[in-house]
Amino acid sequence: MKYWNSIQKGTLSVLKGLYITFKHLRKGGKSIAPVGIEDQNYFQQNATGSITIEYPTFEIPVPDHGRYKLHLEEDDCIVCDQCARICPVDCITMEGIKAPSEIGKTSDGTKKRIYLPVFTIDMAKCCYCGLCTIVCPTECLTMTNKYDFPTSDRNEFLFEFANMSAEEVELRKAELAQFEAEKKAAKEAALKLKDNTP
Amino acid sequence: MACLWGASVFSFIALFALLAVYGERKISAFIHDRLGPTVTGPKGLFQTFADILKLLSKENIMPDAAEKVLFIIAPLLVFLPVFIGFSVLPVGKGFGVAFPNSGVLFLVAVVSIEVIGIWIAGWASGNKYALLGSARAIAQMVSYEIPALLAILSAVIIYGTFDLDKICQAQYSQSGILAFGVFKYPFLWISFVLYFICTLAETNRSPFDMPEAESELLAGFHIEYSGFRFALMFLAEYANMLLLSLLAVLLFFGGYNSPLPFLGEFDSGTIPALLWGLFWLLSKGFLLVFIQIWLRWSLPRIRIDQLMFLCWKVLTPAGLVLFFISCIWKLTEVYSNLS
Repeated sequence: MKYWNSIQKGTLSVLKGLYITFKHLRKGGKSIAPVGIEDQNYFQQNATGSITIEYPTFEIPVPDHGRYKLHLEEDDCIVCDQCARICPVDCITMEGIKAPSEIGKTSDGTKKRIYLPVFTIDMAKCCYCGLCTIVCPTECLTMTNKYDFPTSDRNEFLFEFANMSAEEVELRKAELAQFEAEKKAAKEAALKLKDNTP
Repeated sequence: MACLWGASVFSFIALFALLAVYGERKISAFIHDRLGPTVTGPKGLFQTFADILKLLSKENIMPDAAEKVLFIIAPLLVFLPVFIGFSVLPVGKGFGVAFPNSGVLFLVAVVSIEVIGIWIAGWASGNKYALLGSARAIAQMVSYEIPALLAILSAVIIYGTFDLDKICQAQYSQSGILAFGVFKYPFLWISFVLYFICTLAETNRSPFDMPEAESELLAGFHIEYSGFRFALMFLAEYANMLLLSLLAVLLFFGGYNSPLPFLGEFDSGTIPALLWGLFWLLSKGFLLVFIQIWLRWSLPRIRIDQLMFLCWKVLTPAGLVLFFISCIWKLTEVYSNLS
Protein backbone atom coordinates (compact mmCIF):
# COMPACT_ATOMS: atom_id res chain seq x y z
CA MET A 1 0.00 0.00 0.00
CA LYS A 2 2.84 2.33 0.87
CA TYR A 3 4.26 1.56 -2.56
CA TRP A 4 1.14 2.69 -4.42
CA ASN A 5 0.74 5.73 -2.17
CA SER A 6 4.28 6.87 -2.92
CA ILE A 7 3.68 6.53 -6.66
CA GLN A 8 0.41 8.42 -6.42
CA LYS A 9 1.95 11.14 -4.28
CA GLY A 10 4.89 11.49 -6.64
CA THR A 11 2.70 11.74 -9.73
CA LEU A 12 0.37 14.29 -8.17
CA SER A 13 3.19 16.48 -6.88
CA VAL A 14 4.89 16.43 -10.29
CA LEU A 15 1.65 17.51 -11.95
CA LYS A 16 1.10 20.23 -9.38
CA GLY A 17 4.65 21.51 -9.84
CA LEU A 18 4.18 21.59 -13.61
CA TYR A 19 0.92 23.49 -13.18
CA ILE A 20 2.56 26.11 -10.98
CA THR A 21 5.50 26.65 -13.31
CA PHE A 22 3.18 26.81 -16.31
CA LYS A 23 1.20 29.59 -14.67
CA HIS A 24 4.39 31.62 -14.41
CA LEU A 25 5.53 30.67 -17.91
CA ARG A 26 2.26 31.90 -19.39
CA LYS A 27 2.77 35.38 -17.95
CA GLY A 28 6.47 35.45 -18.80
CA GLY A 29 8.19 38.05 -20.93
CA LYS A 30 6.24 41.03 -19.69
CA SER A 31 8.06 43.29 -17.27
CA ILE A 32 6.08 44.93 -14.52
CA ALA A 33 6.30 48.73 -14.30
CA PRO A 34 8.86 49.96 -11.77
CA VAL A 35 7.11 51.37 -8.69
CA GLY A 36 8.91 53.69 -6.28
CA ILE A 37 8.67 53.65 -2.51
CA GLU A 38 6.65 56.89 -2.57
CA ASP A 39 3.83 55.18 -4.47
CA GLN A 40 0.65 54.72 -2.46
CA ASN A 41 0.38 51.05 -3.41
CA TYR A 42 4.03 50.18 -2.90
CA PHE A 43 3.26 47.54 -0.28
CA GLN A 44 0.14 46.28 -2.03
CA GLN A 45 1.85 45.31 -5.28
CA ASN A 46 0.77 41.94 -6.63
CA ALA A 47 1.59 42.40 -10.28
CA THR A 48 2.41 39.22 -12.19
CA GLY A 49 5.11 38.88 -14.83
CA SER A 50 8.82 39.39 -14.85
CA ILE A 51 10.13 41.28 -11.85
CA THR A 52 13.36 42.14 -13.67
CA ILE A 53 13.80 45.86 -14.28
CA GLU A 54 16.07 46.45 -17.26
CA TYR A 55 18.11 48.97 -15.37
CA PRO A 56 19.61 51.56 -17.68
CA THR A 57 16.36 51.71 -19.66
CA PHE A 58 13.99 51.65 -16.70
CA GLU A 59 14.69 52.82 -13.18
CA ILE A 60 12.88 52.50 -9.90
CA PRO A 61 11.82 56.07 -8.99
CA VAL A 62 13.76 57.41 -6.02
CA PRO A 63 12.18 59.97 -3.63
CA ASP A 64 13.41 63.59 -3.95
CA HIS A 65 14.86 63.38 -0.46
CA GLY A 66 17.08 60.45 -1.34
CA ARG A 67 20.35 60.21 0.55
CA TYR A 68 22.83 59.83 -2.30
CA LYS A 69 25.11 62.33 -4.02
CA LEU A 70 25.96 65.50 -2.05
CA HIS A 71 25.15 68.90 -3.48
CA LEU A 72 26.27 72.38 -2.37
CA GLU A 73 24.33 75.54 -3.09
CA GLU A 74 27.52 77.64 -3.09
CA ASP A 75 25.70 81.00 -2.99
CA ASP A 76 24.24 80.07 0.39
CA CYS A 77 27.49 78.83 1.92
CA ILE A 78 28.93 80.99 4.69
CA VAL A 79 32.19 78.98 4.76
CA CYS A 80 31.81 78.05 8.42
CA ASP A 81 33.87 74.85 7.92
CA GLN A 82 31.57 72.79 10.16
CA CYS A 83 30.83 70.20 7.49
CA ALA A 84 34.52 69.59 6.82
CA ARG A 85 35.20 69.21 10.52
CA ILE A 86 32.37 66.78 11.29
CA CYS A 87 33.00 64.56 8.29
CA PRO A 88 34.17 61.17 9.65
CA VAL A 89 36.08 60.30 6.49
CA ASP A 90 37.41 63.79 5.64
CA CYS A 91 35.96 63.88 2.19
CA ILE A 92 35.25 67.62 2.15
CA THR A 93 38.08 70.02 1.36
CA MET A 94 37.35 73.73 1.71
CA GLU A 95 39.22 77.00 1.84
CA GLY A 96 38.06 80.51 2.55
CA ILE A 97 39.26 84.06 1.95
CA LYS A 98 38.05 86.63 4.41
CA ALA A 99 36.38 89.65 2.94
CA PRO A 100 37.04 93.22 4.21
CA SER A 101 33.32 93.76 4.66
CA GLU A 102 30.05 91.91 4.32
CA ILE A 103 29.70 90.52 0.79
CA GLY A 104 26.04 89.68 0.75
CA LYS A 105 23.35 87.63 2.34
CA THR A 106 22.30 84.01 1.95
CA SER A 107 18.76 83.14 1.00
CA ASP A 108 17.83 82.78 4.69
CA GLY A 109 19.32 86.15 5.60
CA THR A 110 22.63 85.12 7.18
CA LYS A 111 25.49 87.51 6.48
CA LYS A 112 28.31 86.26 4.27
CA ARG A 113 31.82 87.43 5.21
CA ILE A 114 34.09 84.87 3.56
CA TYR A 115 34.73 84.08 -0.09
CA LEU A 116 34.74 80.41 -1.15
CA PRO A 117 37.61 79.62 -3.55
CA VAL A 118 37.74 75.84 -2.96
CA PHE A 119 34.99 73.40 -2.00
CA THR A 120 35.71 69.85 -3.13
CA ILE A 121 33.77 66.74 -2.14
CA ASP A 122 35.38 63.38 -2.78
CA MET A 123 32.34 61.14 -3.36
CA ALA A 124 34.58 58.07 -3.53
CA LYS A 125 35.44 58.59 0.14
CA CYS A 126 31.95 59.66 1.21
CA CYS A 127 30.16 57.20 3.49
CA TYR A 128 26.73 58.80 3.01
CA CYS A 129 26.23 59.35 6.77
CA GLY A 130 24.65 62.76 6.19
CA LEU A 131 26.31 64.42 9.22
CA CYS A 132 27.53 67.35 7.09
CA THR A 133 23.98 68.14 6.01
CA ILE A 134 22.82 68.12 9.65
CA VAL A 135 25.43 70.58 10.90
CA CYS A 136 25.14 72.97 7.98
CA PRO A 137 23.66 76.16 9.49
CA THR A 138 22.26 77.55 6.26
CA GLU A 139 21.19 74.16 4.86
CA CYS A 140 23.11 74.72 1.70
CA LEU A 141 24.77 71.29 1.75
CA THR A 142 22.17 68.61 0.92
CA MET A 143 21.92 65.04 -0.25
CA THR A 144 20.16 64.49 -3.57
CA ASN A 145 18.40 61.54 -5.22
CA LYS A 146 21.10 61.09 -7.85
CA TYR A 147 22.72 57.72 -7.18
CA ASP A 148 24.10 56.69 -10.56
CA PHE A 149 27.44 58.41 -11.16
CA PRO A 150 30.06 55.70 -11.67
CA THR A 151 33.14 56.47 -13.75
CA SER A 152 36.31 54.63 -14.63
CA ASP A 153 38.50 57.54 -13.48
CA ARG A 154 39.08 58.06 -9.78
CA ASN A 155 39.45 61.83 -10.25
CA GLU A 156 35.93 62.15 -11.57
CA PHE A 157 34.62 61.41 -8.08
CA LEU A 158 36.04 64.75 -6.95
CA PHE A 159 33.16 67.18 -7.25
CA GLU A 160 34.14 70.89 -7.23
CA PHE A 161 31.41 73.27 -6.10
CA ALA A 162 33.21 76.64 -5.75
CA ASN A 163 32.87 78.77 -8.88
CA MET A 164 35.41 81.52 -8.41
CA SER A 165 37.80 82.08 -11.29
CA ALA A 166 41.57 82.12 -10.69
CA GLU A 167 41.75 85.90 -11.35
CA GLU A 168 39.01 86.56 -8.86
CA VAL A 169 40.79 84.46 -6.25
CA GLU A 170 43.96 86.50 -6.84
CA LEU A 171 41.96 89.72 -6.65
CA ARG A 172 40.31 88.76 -3.39
CA LYS A 173 43.62 87.66 -1.91
CA ALA A 174 45.19 90.94 -2.88
CA GLU A 175 42.21 92.79 -1.46
CA LEU A 176 42.56 90.94 1.82
CA ALA A 177 46.33 91.57 1.94
CA GLN A 178 45.78 95.26 1.25
CA PHE A 179 43.06 95.47 3.87
CA GLU A 180 45.24 93.74 6.44
CA ALA A 181 48.20 95.99 5.57
CA GLU A 182 45.98 99.05 5.94
CA LYS A 183 44.65 97.74 9.21
CA LYS A 184 48.18 97.07 10.44
CA ALA A 185 49.33 100.53 9.39
CA ALA A 186 46.33 102.10 11.09
CA LYS A 187 47.05 100.10 14.21
CA GLU A 188 50.72 101.14 14.22
CA ALA A 189 49.74 104.74 13.63
CA ALA A 190 47.32 104.56 16.52
CA LEU A 191 50.03 102.98 18.67
CA LYS A 192 52.53 105.72 17.74
CA LEU A 193 49.94 108.36 18.53
CA LYS A 194 49.38 106.77 21.93
CA ASP A 195 53.11 106.67 22.62
CA ASN A 196 53.55 110.28 21.68
CA THR A 197 50.80 111.53 23.91
CA PRO A 198 52.13 112.30 27.31
CA MET B 1 24.09 12.24 -51.52
CA ALA B 2 24.97 10.66 -48.19
CA CYS B 3 27.53 13.40 -47.61
CA LEU B 4 24.89 16.03 -48.30
CA TRP B 5 22.53 14.38 -45.84
CA GLY B 6 25.27 14.18 -43.23
CA ALA B 7 26.22 17.83 -43.61
CA SER B 8 22.63 19.01 -43.54
CA VAL B 9 21.82 16.85 -40.50
CA PHE B 10 24.88 18.15 -38.68
CA SER B 11 24.10 21.79 -39.42
CA PHE B 12 20.50 21.16 -38.42
CA ILE B 13 21.60 19.63 -35.11
CA ALA B 14 23.96 22.52 -34.44
CA LEU B 15 21.28 25.10 -35.24
CA PHE B 16 18.75 23.22 -33.15
CA ALA B 17 21.14 23.05 -30.19
CA LEU B 18 21.77 26.81 -30.34
CA LEU B 19 18.09 27.65 -30.54
CA ALA B 20 17.22 25.07 -27.89
CA VAL B 21 19.72 26.61 -25.49
CA TYR B 22 18.21 30.01 -26.21
CA GLY B 23 14.73 28.56 -25.74
CA GLU B 24 15.75 26.88 -22.54
CA ARG B 25 17.19 30.10 -21.16
CA LYS B 26 14.06 32.03 -22.08
CA ILE B 27 11.65 29.39 -20.75
CA SER B 28 13.57 29.03 -17.51
CA ALA B 29 13.63 32.81 -17.15
CA PHE B 30 9.90 33.10 -17.66
CA ILE B 31 9.26 30.34 -15.15
CA HIS B 32 11.45 32.19 -12.65
CA ASP B 33 9.75 35.54 -13.40
CA ARG B 34 12.92 36.79 -15.07
CA LEU B 35 13.51 38.02 -18.63
CA GLY B 36 16.41 35.91 -19.88
CA PRO B 37 18.76 37.18 -22.59
CA THR B 38 17.46 40.46 -24.02
CA VAL B 39 20.42 42.46 -25.25
CA THR B 40 22.21 40.53 -28.02
CA GLY B 41 20.08 40.77 -31.13
CA PRO B 42 16.29 41.06 -31.22
CA LYS B 43 14.97 39.64 -27.92
CA GLY B 44 18.46 38.31 -27.23
CA LEU B 45 18.20 35.80 -30.07
CA PHE B 46 21.90 35.95 -30.97
CA GLN B 47 23.10 35.31 -27.42
CA THR B 48 23.80 31.62 -27.97
CA PHE B 49 25.49 32.32 -31.31
CA ALA B 50 27.84 34.69 -29.50
CA ASP B 51 28.37 32.04 -26.83
CA ILE B 52 29.32 29.36 -29.34
CA LEU B 53 31.71 31.78 -31.08
CA LYS B 54 33.36 32.37 -27.74
CA LEU B 55 33.56 28.64 -27.04
CA LEU B 56 35.08 27.89 -30.43
CA SER B 57 37.75 30.55 -30.03
CA LYS B 58 38.77 29.32 -26.59
CA GLU B 59 41.89 27.36 -25.83
CA ASN B 60 41.56 23.59 -25.48
CA ILE B 61 43.01 22.96 -22.05
CA MET B 62 44.51 19.55 -21.38
CA PRO B 63 44.85 18.75 -17.67
CA ASP B 64 48.18 17.28 -16.55
CA ALA B 65 46.47 14.31 -14.92
CA ALA B 66 44.46 13.47 -18.03
CA GLU B 67 44.83 10.36 -20.16
CA LYS B 68 45.74 12.26 -23.29
CA VAL B 69 44.36 10.04 -26.07
CA LEU B 70 41.17 9.05 -24.27
CA PHE B 71 40.57 12.65 -23.24
CA ILE B 72 40.58 13.71 -26.88
CA ILE B 73 38.36 10.94 -28.25
CA ALA B 74 35.78 11.03 -25.45
CA PRO B 75 33.79 14.04 -26.80
CA LEU B 76 33.62 12.35 -30.18
CA LEU B 77 32.39 9.15 -28.56
CA VAL B 78 29.71 11.16 -26.80
CA PHE B 79 28.56 13.02 -29.89
CA LEU B 80 28.97 10.54 -32.76
CA PRO B 81 26.49 7.89 -31.53
CA VAL B 82 23.78 10.51 -31.29
CA PHE B 83 24.69 11.82 -34.72
CA ILE B 84 24.61 8.31 -36.19
CA GLY B 85 21.26 7.73 -34.50
CA PHE B 86 19.74 10.46 -36.68
CA SER B 87 20.62 8.47 -39.80
CA VAL B 88 17.82 5.91 -39.42
CA LEU B 89 15.01 8.39 -38.82
CA PRO B 90 12.46 8.59 -41.63
CA VAL B 91 11.80 12.31 -42.11
CA GLY B 92 9.00 12.24 -44.68
CA LYS B 93 7.11 9.86 -46.87
CA GLY B 94 9.91 7.88 -48.53
CA PHE B 95 12.67 10.14 -47.18
CA GLY B 96 15.50 9.25 -44.88
CA VAL B 97 19.17 8.27 -45.01
CA ALA B 98 18.71 4.58 -44.28
CA PHE B 99 15.74 2.29 -43.76
CA PRO B 100 17.17 -0.73 -41.97
CA ASN B 101 14.76 -3.54 -41.06
CA SER B 102 15.84 -3.19 -37.46
CA GLY B 103 15.77 0.61 -37.26
CA VAL B 104 14.52 0.79 -33.66
CA LEU B 105 17.06 -1.75 -32.43
CA PHE B 106 19.88 0.00 -34.30
CA LEU B 107 18.93 3.39 -32.87
CA VAL B 108 18.68 2.18 -29.29
CA ALA B 109 21.92 0.21 -29.58
CA VAL B 110 23.86 3.09 -31.10
CA VAL B 111 22.60 5.67 -28.65
CA SER B 112 23.66 3.52 -25.71
CA ILE B 113 27.28 3.77 -26.88
CA GLU B 114 27.14 7.33 -25.52
CA VAL B 115 27.49 5.87 -22.02
CA ILE B 116 30.96 4.63 -22.93
CA GLY B 117 31.90 8.11 -24.13
CA ILE B 118 30.73 9.64 -20.87
CA TRP B 119 32.62 7.03 -18.86
CA ILE B 120 35.80 7.65 -20.84
CA ALA B 121 35.38 11.41 -20.42
CA GLY B 122 35.08 11.02 -16.66
CA TRP B 123 37.92 8.54 -16.41
CA ALA B 124 40.35 10.36 -18.68
CA SER B 125 39.87 13.75 -17.02
CA GLY B 126 41.84 12.65 -13.95
CA ASN B 127 39.44 14.52 -11.71
CA LYS B 128 37.46 13.05 -8.83
CA TYR B 129 34.32 15.05 -9.65
CA ALA B 130 34.42 13.86 -13.24
CA LEU B 131 34.94 10.26 -12.12
CA LEU B 132 32.03 10.43 -9.66
CA GLY B 133 29.84 12.04 -12.29
CA SER B 134 30.55 9.41 -14.88
CA ALA B 135 30.10 6.60 -12.34
CA ARG B 136 26.65 7.98 -11.63
CA ALA B 137 25.99 8.34 -15.34
CA ILE B 138 26.79 4.67 -15.92
CA ALA B 139 24.58 3.51 -13.06
CA GLN B 140 21.74 5.69 -14.24
CA MET B 141 21.87 5.26 -17.98
CA VAL B 142 22.39 1.51 -17.93
CA SER B 143 19.50 0.94 -15.54
CA TYR B 144 17.11 3.29 -17.33
CA GLU B 145 17.71 1.59 -20.65
CA ILE B 146 15.73 -1.42 -19.43
CA PRO B 147 12.34 0.26 -18.80
CA ALA B 148 12.89 2.40 -21.90
CA LEU B 149 13.40 -0.71 -24.01
CA LEU B 150 10.36 -2.41 -22.47
CA ALA B 151 8.24 0.61 -23.33
CA ILE B 152 9.60 0.66 -26.88
CA LEU B 153 9.05 -3.08 -27.17
CA SER B 154 5.39 -2.79 -26.21
CA ALA B 155 4.94 -0.41 -29.15
CA VAL B 156 7.03 -2.56 -31.49
CA ILE B 157 4.93 -5.65 -30.72
CA ILE B 158 1.78 -3.78 -31.63
CA TYR B 159 3.16 -2.66 -34.99
CA GLY B 160 4.87 -5.99 -35.57
CA THR B 161 8.04 -4.44 -37.04
CA PHE B 162 11.36 -2.85 -36.05
CA ASP B 163 11.41 -0.77 -39.20
CA LEU B 164 10.79 2.87 -38.28
CA ASP B 165 9.39 3.74 -41.69
CA LYS B 166 6.92 0.85 -41.54
CA ILE B 167 5.92 1.88 -38.02
CA CYS B 168 5.14 5.35 -39.40
CA GLN B 169 3.14 3.95 -42.28
CA ALA B 170 1.19 1.74 -39.87
CA GLN B 171 0.06 4.91 -38.10
CA TYR B 172 -1.36 6.48 -41.24
CA SER B 173 -4.99 6.40 -42.18
CA GLN B 174 -7.70 8.73 -43.46
CA SER B 175 -8.74 9.39 -39.86
CA GLY B 176 -5.47 11.25 -39.21
CA ILE B 177 -4.79 11.78 -35.54
CA LEU B 178 -6.97 8.80 -34.54
CA ALA B 179 -4.60 6.43 -36.33
CA PHE B 180 -1.63 7.54 -34.18
CA GLY B 181 -0.30 4.86 -31.83
CA VAL B 182 -1.46 6.43 -28.60
CA PHE B 183 -5.00 7.01 -29.88
CA LYS B 184 -5.45 3.69 -31.65
CA TYR B 185 -3.99 1.69 -28.76
CA PRO B 186 -4.69 3.78 -25.64
CA PHE B 187 -2.44 1.77 -23.32
CA LEU B 188 0.50 3.14 -25.31
CA TRP B 189 -0.03 6.39 -23.40
CA ILE B 190 1.42 4.64 -20.37
CA SER B 191 4.24 3.27 -22.51
CA PHE B 192 4.91 6.78 -23.74
CA VAL B 193 5.03 8.23 -20.23
CA LEU B 194 7.36 5.43 -19.19
CA TYR B 195 9.59 5.98 -22.19
CA PHE B 196 9.57 9.74 -21.67
CA ILE B 197 10.71 9.44 -18.05
CA CYS B 198 13.51 7.13 -19.18
CA THR B 199 14.64 9.56 -21.89
CA LEU B 200 14.97 12.24 -19.22
CA ALA B 201 17.31 9.93 -17.32
CA GLU B 202 19.23 8.89 -20.42
CA THR B 203 19.89 12.44 -21.55
CA ASN B 204 20.95 13.42 -18.01
CA ARG B 205 18.20 15.99 -17.79
CA SER B 206 16.75 17.21 -14.55
CA PRO B 207 15.21 15.73 -12.39
CA PHE B 208 17.69 12.97 -13.23
CA ASP B 209 20.80 15.10 -13.81
CA MET B 210 22.89 13.34 -11.17
CA PRO B 211 25.89 12.90 -13.52
CA GLU B 212 26.31 16.65 -13.81
CA ALA B 213 24.77 17.73 -10.51
CA GLU B 214 26.14 21.26 -10.28
CA SER B 215 25.70 21.60 -6.54
CA GLU B 216 27.70 18.49 -5.64
CA LEU B 217 29.86 17.66 -8.64
CA LEU B 218 30.38 21.15 -10.12
CA ALA B 219 29.79 19.93 -13.67
CA GLY B 220 30.20 16.18 -13.46
CA PHE B 221 31.88 14.29 -16.27
CA HIS B 222 32.64 17.31 -18.47
CA ILE B 223 34.23 19.45 -15.77
CA GLU B 224 37.73 19.42 -17.35
CA TYR B 225 36.53 20.10 -20.87
CA SER B 226 36.75 23.52 -22.45
CA GLY B 227 36.42 25.13 -25.84
CA PHE B 228 35.34 23.02 -28.77
CA ARG B 229 35.34 19.74 -26.85
CA PHE B 230 32.93 21.16 -24.31
CA ALA B 231 30.78 22.52 -27.11
CA LEU B 232 30.65 19.01 -28.59
CA MET B 233 29.46 17.55 -25.27
CA PHE B 234 26.82 20.24 -25.03
CA LEU B 235 25.74 19.63 -28.59
CA ALA B 236 25.44 15.91 -27.85
CA GLU B 237 23.15 16.55 -24.90
CA TYR B 238 20.71 18.66 -26.89
CA ALA B 239 20.95 16.43 -29.97
CA ASN B 240 20.16 13.45 -27.76
CA MET B 241 17.13 15.23 -26.34
CA LEU B 242 15.84 15.79 -29.86
CA LEU B 243 16.72 12.30 -31.10
CA LEU B 244 14.91 10.52 -28.27
CA SER B 245 11.94 12.89 -28.61
CA LEU B 246 11.78 12.13 -32.33
CA LEU B 247 11.88 8.41 -31.56
CA ALA B 248 8.95 8.90 -29.19
CA VAL B 249 7.11 10.79 -31.93
CA LEU B 250 7.80 8.02 -34.44
CA LEU B 251 6.68 5.28 -32.09
CA PHE B 252 3.69 6.85 -30.37
CA PHE B 253 2.55 10.00 -32.20
CA GLY B 254 2.45 9.00 -35.83
CA GLY B 255 5.91 10.20 -36.87
CA TYR B 256 5.79 12.33 -39.99
CA ASN B 257 2.07 11.78 -40.54
CA SER B 258 -0.12 14.82 -40.39
CA PRO B 259 -2.82 14.71 -37.71
CA LEU B 260 -5.12 16.60 -40.10
CA PRO B 261 -5.46 14.43 -43.22
CA PHE B 262 -8.25 16.56 -44.72
CA LEU B 263 -5.60 19.20 -45.52
CA GLY B 264 -4.40 16.85 -48.24
CA GLU B 265 -1.39 14.62 -48.71
CA PHE B 266 1.57 14.62 -51.08
CA ASP B 267 2.88 11.76 -53.20
CA SER B 268 5.65 9.71 -51.67
CA GLY B 269 9.16 10.81 -52.63
CA THR B 270 8.33 14.38 -53.68
CA ILE B 271 9.86 17.49 -52.14
CA PRO B 272 6.54 18.80 -50.72
CA ALA B 273 6.05 15.42 -49.03
CA LEU B 274 9.49 15.79 -47.44
CA LEU B 275 8.75 19.32 -46.19
CA TRP B 276 5.27 18.39 -44.96
CA GLY B 277 6.65 15.32 -43.18
CA LEU B 278 9.55 17.27 -41.66
CA PHE B 279 7.17 19.94 -40.45
CA TRP B 280 4.98 17.51 -38.53
CA LEU B 281 7.84 15.35 -37.29
CA LEU B 282 9.77 18.35 -35.96
CA SER B 283 6.83 20.23 -34.50
CA LYS B 284 5.82 17.15 -32.51
CA GLY B 285 9.45 16.59 -31.55
CA PHE B 286 9.90 20.20 -30.43
CA LEU B 287 6.79 19.93 -28.30
CA LEU B 288 8.34 17.01 -26.45
CA VAL B 289 11.64 18.91 -26.12
CA PHE B 290 9.66 21.80 -24.66
CA ILE B 291 8.11 19.44 -22.11
CA GLN B 292 11.59 18.21 -21.19
CA ILE B 293 12.74 21.78 -20.62
CA TRP B 294 9.58 22.63 -18.70
CA LEU B 295 10.08 19.59 -16.45
CA ARG B 296 13.69 20.55 -15.83
CA TRP B 297 12.75 23.94 -14.42
CA SER B 298 9.84 22.58 -12.38
CA LEU B 299 11.30 19.65 -10.49
CA PRO B 300 14.20 19.41 -8.06
CA ARG B 301 16.90 16.81 -8.60
CA ILE B 302 15.98 13.49 -6.99
CA ARG B 303 18.27 11.48 -4.73
CA ILE B 304 20.28 8.58 -6.14
CA ASP B 305 18.37 5.98 -4.09
CA GLN B 306 15.06 7.47 -5.25
CA LEU B 307 16.38 7.26 -8.80
CA MET B 308 17.12 3.56 -8.40
CA PHE B 309 13.79 2.96 -6.63
CA LEU B 310 11.95 4.62 -9.50
CA CYS B 311 13.81 2.63 -12.11
CA TRP B 312 13.85 -0.88 -10.66
CA LYS B 313 10.74 -0.93 -8.50
CA VAL B 314 8.34 1.26 -10.45
CA LEU B 315 9.27 1.65 -14.10
CA THR B 316 10.65 -1.83 -14.80
CA PRO B 317 7.63 -3.72 -13.37
CA ALA B 318 5.33 -1.29 -15.16
CA GLY B 319 7.26 -1.92 -18.36
CA LEU B 320 6.89 -5.66 -17.96
CA VAL B 321 3.15 -5.31 -17.38
CA LEU B 322 2.85 -3.12 -20.50
CA PHE B 323 4.85 -5.67 -22.47
CA PHE B 324 2.39 -8.34 -21.34
CA ILE B 325 -0.64 -6.21 -22.20
CA SER B 326 0.65 -5.49 -25.69
CA CYS B 327 1.30 -9.22 -26.24
CA ILE B 328 -2.30 -10.03 -25.26
CA TRP B 329 -3.61 -7.20 -27.43
CA LYS B 330 -1.67 -8.40 -30.45
CA LEU B 331 -2.75 -12.00 -29.90
CA THR B 332 -6.45 -11.09 -29.73
CA GLU B 333 -5.99 -9.06 -32.91
CA VAL B 334 -4.33 -11.97 -34.68
CA TYR B 335 -6.98 -14.49 -33.53
CA SER B 336 -9.89 -12.23 -34.41
CA ASN B 337 -8.39 -11.89 -37.90
CA LEU B 338 -8.09 -15.67 -38.20
CA SER B 339 -11.65 -16.47 -37.27
